[in-house]
Amino acid sequence: MDSEIYKQHILNHNSKPHNKEEMFEPDVRVPAKNASCGDSFILYLKLDGTTIQQATFSGVGCCISQAAASMLTDKLKGLSVEEAKTITEETIYSMLGVEVTAGRQKCALLLFRGLEEALKSI
Amino acid sequence: MDLAKIKKDFPILSKKDALIYLDSAATSLTPEPVLEAMDAYYRTYRANIHRGLYKEAERASNEYEEARVVVARFIGAQADEIIFTAGATGSSNMLMYALEHTDMFQEGDEVVTTIMEHSAVLIPLQAFAKRKKLNIRYIELGENFQLDYEQAEQVITSKTKLVALTLASNVLGTINDVTRVARRAHEVGALVIVDATAAVGHMPVDVTLLGADFLFFSGHKMCGPTGVGVLYGKKSELAKLTPSFLGGGIIEDVTRTDFVLGLKPWSFEAGTPNIAGVIGLKTTVEYLEKIGVEKIQTHCREILAYAQQELQKIEGSTLYSAEPAYNVGIVSFTLDTVHPHDMAEILGKNGVAVRAGHHCAVPLHTELNVPATTRASIYLYTTEEDIDALVSSIKKAKEIFNI
Repeated sequence: MDSEIYKQHILNHNSKPHNKEEMFEPDVRVPAKNASCGDSFILYLKLDGTTIQQATFSGVGCCISQAAASMLTDKLKGLSVEEAKTITEETIYSMLGVEVTAGRQKCALLLFRGLEEALKSI
Repeated sequence: MDLAKIKKDFPILSKKDALIYLDSAATSLTPEPVLEAMDAYYRTYRANIHRGLYKEAERASNEYEEARVVVARFIGAQADEIIFTAGATGSSNMLMYALEHTDMFQEGDEVVTTIMEHSAVLIPLQAFAKRKKLNIRYIELGENFQLDYEQAEQVITSKTKLVALTLASNVLGTINDVTRVARRAHEVGALVIVDATAAVGHMPVDVTLLGADFLFFSGHKMCGPTGVGVLYGKKSELAKLTPSFLGGGIIEDVTRTDFVLGLKPWSFEAGTPNIAGVIGLKTTVEYLEKIGVEKIQTHCREILAYAQQELQKIEGSTLYSAEPAYNVGIVSFTLDTVHPHDMAEILGKNGVAVRAGHHCAVPLHTELNVPATTRASIYLYTTEEDIDALVSSIKKAKEIFNI
């Protein structure tokens, strides 16, 4: 069966997502919702000056949104705000390393949309 | 009901790589006679309706008006109570705007709806209530995915001016006792609006038995074309409304400064309508009547009972689906460890078409305390083998997620 999108590394991030915890006293807390399916995450950032010291997320999402959130929060740690602003949709797709079909783009980009909002407020 | 013969009526099911189609509640498939009827219009007598003085125009007009008669008969209405629209959503919006322009509603009045409404009803109703400063109250879920009828009796009071409810839930499949709710609504003088989108063509529908003042549905959920639907309005109620959409084809007289509208219900159909769609809808009704809606309902109940039984056997599954006796043929479910979107994608890759999400019923999902469900929906062409394919694909999904 062809289920390319469910590669082992994606499944691993889904079953044991990294950085999935509510943050105590975050500097930034932004909700991200996928209105088309009801999935929703909250992105938490802890800043040290202009550096992202810690990034976590909480909420409910499918395998793809969860894997992308797991990878994105990993990547954010230690980046400067300016560096974080260079992250694009393509960055997320290439981190996932699987072909994201049109129907799953919103899933893959769920937490990234939250990040975009967060970066506007910093 | 000859299932093999029925399946042959649907060309899309005869394709080489045909899907196991369990997504009829999203949109149903189109049988050959309906395709032929629409094709014949475009190929042999395409013309605008009304006022044409040549034979193609006459035929198009006749077919279009004949559709009104056929659709009316199908739901126990009179032909002049039928308005053709773009679909259930078009009907619902048109109706809410027309009601807004009456003097029936005062600030502080109440409108009652149910927790299982589709956005096509709920959103226009919420917007209407907001503009008119009305309060929305809900009939809640009771036992077994049915409405709480005792609570319904209490929530509908002398303050209630309108009750809008679905005849069948597009998530739970539940067939609601509209007759009972309508009786209570009429006791307090409230209007009754019925969303029959998931019901028409799936069960016998009679506007008088239901006690509907207004009722609407889409063609495409009953094997008809997309982009066409119906708004039924009881003659005495329709008489109180003024069309909100104005234009050609509905005018008795026009001067530089004013106009006189023509007769209802035609005056609710400004502009050139979806002629092929209406002709297709007429043929759809004839097709369903020939098979027999009651037979279709019995078939869907049998397949649904089988589906519920088989899905229940899967470890970790939770079903959100009313009992077959009062269900139009819909089973929504979750699996404890596979998200509905992942489930639908894996099923899709296995050639099984289902739908995942909140199915345009967000408050219902909030109430059920799940962000999303996977929904399998059954119609006249669904077989037990389709359900077997669904179940074996769900098992494959479980394997992928190592459960």
